[in-house]
Amino acid sequence: MRVAVPVFPGSNCDHDALHACGTVMGWETLPVWHQETRLPENTDLVFIPGGFSYGDYLRCGAIAALAPIMADVKRHADQGGLVLGVCNGFQILCEAQLLPGALLRNESLRFIHADVHLRVERTDLPFTRAMKAGEVFRVPMAHAEGNFTLDPADLTDLEARGGVAFRYCSSRGEIGADHVPNGAMNGIAGIVNIRGNVLGMMPHPERAVDPKLGPTGGLGVFRSLEAAFARV
Amino acid sequence: MKVRVSVQLKPGILDPQGKAVEQGLHGFGFEVEHVRIGRLIELEVPGTDPAEVKAKAQAMCDKLLVNPVMEKASIEVL
Repeated sequence: MRVAVPVFPGSNCDHDALHACGTVMGWETLPVWHQETRLPENTDLVFIPGGFSYGDYLRCGAIAALAPIMADVKRHADQGGLVLGVCNGFQILCEAQLLPGALLRNESLRFIHADVHLRVERTDLPFTRAMKAGEVFRVPMAHAEGNFTLDPADLTDLEARGGVAFRYCSSRGEIGADHVPNGAMNGIAGIVNIRGNVLGMMPHPERAVDPKLGPTGGLGVFRSLEAAFARV
Repeated sequence: MKVRVSVQLKPGILDPQGKAVEQGLHGFGFEVEHVRIGRLIELEVPGTDPAEVKAKAQAMCDKLLVNPVMEKASIEVL
């Protein structure tokens, strides 16, 4: 399995992504500078990392969405290739219109760094297939703009087509406004496109995969990807 | 020509910054409501025909300056 990690000026979770995919999972994982125009040949997964690409100028992810490498990321996605965007990576995917919606300032106006519980809403995706429906996993979040927002009609469509992959919940899997840290509509923490090959999420599964560093709540996402590729 | 693009959050979109500023103003005893915070972008666009310049600014809004999911813009050619 070959993973490409686009690196923008201001990306700061690129090494977490490289560590999770390369060192922990043992996949061939290559950083790709944003000014490149082509992904490495035979890239299976593009992992757009978190951070503050271009200093969050204009809107989070807005400038990175125009970077030269993103045209090839779009081509990869259009051909059914897998794309995972975490945190700023999710914001970039929304700005690039690979995913619907936008991520506004957290309701509290604060940068929130905390462990959160997520409930798995879809288990038929390459990103979730090793997880159980309703399974709860714990991963860190660290963002100021993760308040997922969509027009009411588009939100209804997103829910109706099963576009929500992960929702914030309590440690027992209960959902509701009390368990949403940032004000995200319907407690949405992660979504997929219609085809199910592009996933964006605000919390960081790649920061919770190495037992040497702490809890491993994020492994489910990576084991799922591994299972997805074992089938090919 | 100089162009001023004012970018605002759409009416239905929650503006926590505006809310915080509103509460701050209430703290000073000001009577005020519906405080909304936006962004003002000034541009120098080549051309002499205001309609043409405005159309160019509109294209810039569509491409980059505005995220239509959450924002709307008004364009003023000065």
